[in-house]
Amino acid sequence: MQSLFVNSQRKNLFISISYVLILWGLIDIQASHAETPSAEEMWETIQQQQKLIEELKARLDDTDQRVAMNEVKVEEATEEVEAAAEAFETAQASTRGSSWADRTTVGGYGELHYNNLSDNNDTVDGDNSLDQVDFHRFVLYFGHEFTDNIRFFSELELEHALSGDGESGEVELEQAWIEMDINDNHRFRAGVDILPIGIINVTHEPNTFYGVERNKVETEIIPATWWEAGIGFNGEIAPGWNYDIVAHGGLLSPNGVDDPSKASSTLRPRSGRSKVSKAEDQDIAFTGRLRYTGMPGLEVGISGQYQSDMTGTADAFDVDATLFEGHIDYKHASGFGLRALYARWDIDAPTGITYTQNSIDGWYIEPAYRFKAPGFVPGEIGVFTRYAEWDAIGGSGNVPNGVPDGTYVQFESWNVGMNWWPHPNVAFKFDYQNESGDSRAKVIRDGFNLGLAYQF
Amino acid sequence: MKTNSLLFCLYCGLFFNPHVFATGNYQEPSEFIQEVFSGDAPRVSKIWIKKDLKVKIREIMEHDLGVLRLKYWKKNDRTAWILKEIGKVRPITAGIVINHNKIERIKVLAFRESRGWEVRYPFFTDQFSDVALKENKQLDRHIDGISGATLSVRAMTKMARLALFLHQEIERMANGKPGQIEQR
Repeated sequence: MQSLFVNSQRKNLFISISYVLILWGLIDIQASHAETPSAEEMWETIQQQQKLIEELKARLDDTDQRVAMNEVKVEEATEEVEAAAEAFETAQASTRGSSWADRTTVGGYGELHYNNLSDNNDTVDGDNSLDQVDFHRFVLYFGHEFTDNIRFFSELELEHALSGDGESGEVELEQAWIEMDINDNHRFRAGVDILPIGIINVTHEPNTFYGVERNKVETEIIPATWWEAGIGFNGEIAPGWNYDIVAHGGLLSPNGVDDPSKASSTLRPRSGRSKVSKAEDQDIAFTGRLRYTGMPGLEVGISGQYQSDMTGTADAFDVDATLFEGHIDYKHASGFGLRALYARWDIDAPTGITYTQNSIDGWYIEPAYRFKAPGFVPGEIGVFTRYAEWDAIGGSGNVPNGVPDGTYVQFESWNVGMNWWPHPNVAFKFDYQNESGDSRAKVIRDGFNLGLAYQF
Repeated sequence: MKTNSLLFCLYCGLFFNPHVFATGNYQEPSEFIQEVFSGDAPRVSKIWIKKDLKVKIREIMEHDLGVLRLKYWKKNDRTAWILKEIGKVRPITAGIVINHNKIERIKVLAFRESRGWEVRYPFFTDQFSDVALKENKQLDRHIDGISGATLSVRAMTKMARLALFLHQEIERMANGKPGQIEQR
């Protein structure tokens, strides 16, 4: 570009000189027709032409010098811009990620529910129908990286919008752990953490699953959301193969003897979650998980847990229990998806505890199809159906039909519904549920649910 | 005692075998570029992120890149890009090669997150082969996610879209709109 400019200037100058000389010659020729000049006149003319040529040559040299100087200046300016850009980018790169703010992250999720459900077994324990709006969960995540290899993560949750004396909600600290890298594939973690079991317990952001409410199999059997204080390791043992091993506090499920008011929940896992709130007399428990994610869209996982005493160490009973869980979560490129999960507790109830069965279990299967929203509607839509069966506490000491404490009854349900994601992190949900169960069950609900879910 | 020794060996094997001790920097960008161009890499070029381009990049990445220009390497109809994008907390560095407006190769060069590392394996990155960009700046093929690695997958997909878009911009500017490309 610059050389083109220089050449153009030179060409113009050359044309100008040529033009002047030709004009001068024409004048001379015309003059010669009029009168032949003398030798002195010719000499003077030549001298004048020579002077003019020298003047023009001097101007040309000057122009050349100016162009050369401009070239140098352009080159210098380019180098300066380059240096400034490099310096800016280097400064940005060096400061990015090093400040306190860069190393601290905030996130969260939330879900607002409307439940319109009628209790179709209201002869037991009265009418437990629901017609309610509830901001079920408002969650904030806070994380901080102390160094590249040591980090903190926490999850603080407000359930049911309002907490305090007499209110239905509560504030819960579900995660607060420190993780340290052993190497790039293995990490040590200590603190309060959700246990690596199932699908929903680990990934419970509401825009990631179908159905307004979390499925009953995982909430009742596993029971999600379940967190404990503990220490453990997690990482990758081969491409696509991940593991978790955790030693943590055990359950504090009621034994049905020491506190009769809790007899209806005898050996119920969900009622044994201490939530790490002044949890006394916990025995140790161990949880392990192996997960395969070596194929796009696929997760297959199995988890196992051993509780050495699920009623805690303060009572006179030793109740050891094991939990097994297996699941598959698959999303195909065509939009088809499938989730299925099975979970089972085997509980060794000793003599003295009224307990009607030695195992409780549940399973579900959930096919789904997700597709781009039609026409002007932004985002994606997913439709699903779910069939589930699970065991749950169905009786109560106060229930008039005489169901004994510690009795589990079986439920089953069908859910159909849809999610609309205008953005991957925002979902509007609808589902219809149809539950059925043992006639001794306190609550069997049919109806529909609406939900708003987000994550950031 | 014998069992303990066996467990100890298993532990050592697990933590110190060559695979699991792999570093988080899997390949230097310069090595990737040399490999892509079979040891005869062209000179680096830079595309300045001017106002119009900035807006379009924001549409894809959902944020500004925070840089003045992006480097790339071009030879014939192929361009190679080194891009970074945060997954959940830390940036993932990817090398991406575009050939005739389609992804020829995408590779994770550095991964610094504490989860979602599966995106570096061929079973995931192979999905991007021959993927092109639609008019709405989305990929013309669905990329299957990885459970527990949603944000890493999203970051990789964004970088793939950005590389395809920038390749188109380079081609477009080379065919008529000068001014934003700087050869170095």
